[in-house]
Amino acid sequence: MKLSVIDWAIMVIYFVFVLGIGFALKRYMKTSTDFFLSGRSIPAWITGLAFISANLGAQEVIGMGASGAKYGIATSHFYWIGAIPAMAFIGVFMMPFYYGSRARSVPEYLKLRFDEKTRGFNAISFAFMTVLSSGISLYAMGLLLQTLLGWNFSVSILVAAVIVLIYVFLGGLTSAIYNEVLQFFLIVFGFAPLVFLGLKDVGGWSGLQSRLATVATSNGFAAGAWTHSWSFTGSPSANPMGIEWFGLAMGLGFVLSFGYWCTDFLVVQRAMAAKSMLAARRTPLIAAVPKMLFPFLVILPGMIAIALTYKSGSSGFALPKKSDGTFEYNMAIPLMLGHYFPSGMLGVGLTALMASFMSGMAGNVTAFNTVWTYDIYQSYIKRGASDEHYLWMGRMATLFGILVSVAAAYVTTFFNNIMDMLQLVFAFVNAPLLATFLLGMFWKRTTGHGAFIGLIAGTIGAATHHGLTLPMGAQAGVKGGWFGLIHVYPSELAQAFWTAIVAFTACFVVTIIVSLATRPRHESELKGLVYSLTERTSDEQLPWYQRPALLAVVVLLGAVILNIIFW
Amino acid sequence: MQLDIRLPIGLMFSLLGALLAVFGLISDSSSFRNSLGINVNLWWGLVMLVFGVVMTLLGRRGTASARLAEESPEGKKIEELEHQRGLEKES
Repeated sequence: MKLSVIDWAIMVIYFVFVLGIGFALKRYMKTSTDFFLSGRSIPAWITGLAFISANLGAQEVIGMGASGAKYGIATSHFYWIGAIPAMAFIGVFMMPFYYGSRARSVPEYLKLRFDEKTRGFNAISFAFMTVLSSGISLYAMGLLLQTLLGWNFSVSILVAAVIVLIYVFLGGLTSAIYNEVLQFFLIVFGFAPLVFLGLKDVGGWSGLQSRLATVATSNGFAAGAWTHSWSFTGSPSANPMGIEWFGLAMGLGFVLSFGYWCTDFLVVQRAMAAKSMLAARRTPLIAAVPKMLFPFLVILPGMIAIALTYKSGSSGFALPKKSDGTFEYNMAIPLMLGHYFPSGMLGVGLTALMASFMSGMAGNVTAFNTVWTYDIYQSYIKRGASDEHYLWMGRMATLFGILVSVAAAYVTTFFNNIMDMLQLVFAFVNAPLLATFLLGMFWKRTTGHGAFIGLIAGTIGAATHHGLTLPMGAQAGVKGGWFGLIHVYPSELAQAFWTAIVAFTACFVVTIIVSLATRPRHESELKGLVYSLTERTSDEQLPWYQRPALLAVVVLLGAVILNIIFW
Repeated sequence: MQLDIRLPIGLMFSLLGALLAVFGLISDSSSFRNSLGINVNLWWGLVMLVFGVVMTLLGRRGTASARLAEESPEGKKIEELEHQRGLEKES
């Protein structure tokens, strides 16, 4: 793929605007609240778009395209039973506690609700995880630019890291959020023509269906396996994902998705920056609308890519193969851009890709600097310093976080699908967390000891399950089985979903048992932190389109309809 | 009042859209063999330009600035009400 002057010009314009936003926002960063929480002043539509864009990094764009090629339309489960119900739930039920408690971070909510050790455990594991994710984002970008354009790996990741550093350092969370919104529109405008051209080329949805039937049958599945999301989930061996409906609904739909969208500070932080409780509650609900349509933007190109690859004769497009004979799925979207776009549009598409990597990284860095400064530095290292000092610390943490991500980028080189690896990390750290939050928010009897021991039990549960199972065809090691081997799953995804289910269950059960055996906190201390002890706000006087509960119903209906259409 | 995000978004997309559209106009049709013969630069550039201009206008309108009450119908109504109730004297 060769870039011409116009592609470079587009890229440069984008970078100028990104940095410009950082410089323009610098003068508004006066207190640590401005820097870490945008002064709680952002309108809901902006936090809403940032809510999904923060997650729109390497994992989403490249990973979802790759999964689209690998598993077909079933990848939409990540959206239509995964993200959407979780977003409706956090907006209606959980946001009142996050925003209402005035906690500045998710770990800080745990401190208010439970105790110091639960917060410490969560803050440290979260800080570790975000830096890792940020490193993965960088790594994926460096590798992509290297294979695609022949750019030097180290130079690309260093340039990206420096740009992110500058705009987050200057403008804090506001800068990150603004650039996420900018990137959101860039992705939409960069990918929509790709989907249009690709679909036109293969003869529309019906043309794609018949092409994908060939893909399915030559892989030993029924003809519709790539174009139906639920029909073939009766048994794990009938669909390319290698998972049955229960593991899918429970593992992905409930534990992983709710765990991610409802408790991950990376996304929750965007809602916390909203200007009012109502805006905070609407944030995930507004986000759910474009999120619902994203499969068409990111999964379809992957499906078209595999369809063209299997088309006998000359479609002019083929996914390259790795040395072990499997496809280079992660190249699906980038190569499609090169295949359909002329110079000019190619610049927009590639800039959108780069933007998604960079803002994914910025999202992680802003979450990291907040948790580091408030939950680790202010709590354990230096209490009671001046606000200027913590603002300074936030900037230093930004620098430190980016340095560690660059180091992490050089370490990340194992899995053939970034998605699977992230799911695994989330399963260990996040899946037990969901049980802690659900019990903490909706059962007032839950105690700090219960939450802490439950979290440890959940993480141990996840590690044990992962250590005792393997995906089919894998060697014992990073992919599991390092403990022994009692079960083999058809795919890495199936293993990850079940790891999450085990972690959640272990945490849920242990938290209840330990809570019942320990002394609960007095109810007066839990006001505003637990559902049954918090006054419900009334939405009656609001126009219907502003009522969170009603918006949630609309959003859920949309997801149900999409599930039925692609059943 | 902080920077209105719609301004940078609007300006960037106007600029990118105009650039793409012009580039699409001056390049010859052989460069669109890959994109099924469609001049995707021109058409999509125009779409981006329209989006950019709309965002810029919205962003400019959203910028807070002091305006006289008589300039808007709502402001006039409030003034009239205040006169009727004697809250404000005719100057």
